[in-house]
Amino acid sequence: MIALVVKLFPLIIILVAAILLLALTLWKRNSPAKLRDIPALTRLYRMLGLSVEDGTRLHISLGHGSLLDARGGSALAGLATMRIIAEKTSVSDMPAVASSGDPVLGLLTQDTLQAGYQAAGVDEFYSHTTGRVTGLTPFGFAAGAMHISRNEKVSTTVMLGHFGPEAALIADASDRESLTLIGASDNLSGQAVLFANTQDALIGEELFAAGAYLGAGAAHTASLTVQDVLRWLVIAALLGGAAIKLLGTI
Amino acid sequence: MRVFTAVIAIATGVLILFGYFFESFALVQSLLLNWAIILASVAALVGIFNLTVVHMDKIRRGEKGGIYSALLVIGLVGTLGFGILLRPQHSAMQMVLNGIIIPAEAALLGLLTISLLYAAIRLLRRRPDMMSIVFLVTAALLFLGSATLPFGDIPLFGVLIRPWVSQVLALGGARGILIGVALGTLTTGLRVLFGVDRPYGGR
Repeated sequence: MIALVVKLFPLIIILVAAILLLALTLWKRNSPAKLRDIPALTRLYRMLGLSVEDGTRLHISLGHGSLLDARGGSALAGLATMRIIAEKTSVSDMPAVASSGDPVLGLLTQDTLQAGYQAAGVDEFYSHTTGRVTGLTPFGFAAGAMHISRNEKVSTTVMLGHFGPEAALIADASDRESLTLIGASDNLSGQAVLFANTQDALIGEELFAAGAYLGAGAAHTASLTVQDVLRWLVIAALLGGAAIKLLGTI
Repeated sequence: MRVFTAVIAIATGVLILFGYFFESFALVQSLLLNWAIILASVAALVGIFNLTVVHMDKIRRGEKGGIYSALLVIGLVGTLGFGILLRPQHSAMQMVLNGIIIPAEAALLGLLTISLLYAAIRLLRRRPDMMSIVFLVTAALLFLGSATLPFGDIPLFGVLIRPWVSQVLALGGARGILIGVALGTLTTGLRVLFGVDRPYGGR
C-alpha cells in the first residue's frame, strides 16, 4: 500500500496542482491581476509599445530546448510569451522575428506566430520567414541568432527558453548593437551568463511569469499562484524532513 | 479543426502522462513517443528547408549581410550533396567535419570566454547593486580556488573556501532555482494539457 502511494505521489501532486489551477483560473478570471514588480518584464512590456512606435522589431529567441525532454517546459513558456508579443506587434511595419535551435520548436514557433497574427485579425501580414530555425547545434543556433540581432533593425532581444553558455554570444551581439536584452534560461549556466549580460536579470521561475505580466490571461496569473502554493509546500516538506532527521539523531 | 487538434494534443498528453504511473498505459506511451521521435526527424528536414528559404530570401532582396547568407546556402547545398553522394563516413566528409565544423564551433567556444570576461567587467557598470557584487566576488573566489598559479595554491582557497562556496552556497542556490523551474514547468505543462496554451495553432 505504501509503495503504491509512493509511486502515485507525483500524480497526486499533479492532480492537486491541476485542481488548484482550474479553481484559481475560474476565481480570478474577472479580477485584475496583482503582480509584484519584476523590472525586466516591466521593461519588456514597455519595449513592445516602443518597438511598434519607432519602427523597429523584437527578436524573440526560444533557445534549443527539445520538446521531447525535460527542457520543453521553458520552450513552451517562451512560446506562450511569443504568442502575446506576436499579437501585439503584428500590425507593426517591422514584425517580431523568432529564432530557435530545435526543428520541432521551429515548427511550433511558426504556428504560434501565425496564431498571434490571426488573433490580431491580420493573418495576411504573416510571413513564414519570421519564425526561423537558425541552427541545429547550440553554437550553430547562437551564430545564426547573432546575425538577426545585427542585421534586421532589431531594438530588443528577448531570450526565453533553454540556453547554455552560448547565450553569451547572442547577448554580446545585442550589446554591441546597443539593444535592450531581456533573458531567462532554465539552465544554470545559461542563467549565470544572462545574469551578467542583461540590464535586469530574470532568475529561476521568473521565466515562466512572462505571460502573466504581458496580459496572457487568468490562467497565467493563476499559474503563478499555484507555483507559490507548491513552493510553500516544498519549503514545509524540506523543513519537516530536516526536523525529522534532526529528531532521529537526538 | 482547432477543437480537433486540441482534443488530439490533450489526449496524447494525458496518455503519455499516465504511462509514467500505470503499466497498462506504458505500451501506448512508448508508441506515441516513437511517433514523436519520427516526426521530430522529419521536422529537422523542414527546419533545414526553412533555414535555406530564409537565407535565399535575404540574397534575393540584397539585404545587409547577404554574403554570409550566400556562403551558408552554398555550404549547406555542397555538404548535403556530397554527403548523399559519398556517405557521411567517407574520408572527405570526415575532413569537412573535423576540419571545418568542429574547429568553427571550438572558435566560438573560445570567443565565448572573451565575451564572458567582458560581460563580467561590464556588469558593475550596467547594474551596480549588491547582487552584482556578490556574483563577481563569488566568481573571483572560485577562480582563485581552482586556478593553477605559478607560486602554488593560495592557502585555504582550494581546500576550504572554494569547496564550501561551490558545494554549500552555490549548490543550495542552484537547487532552489531548479525547484522553481520545475514548478514553472509543471504549471506550464498543465496549461498545455488544459488547452489554455496551444502552441499548435490555436487562437
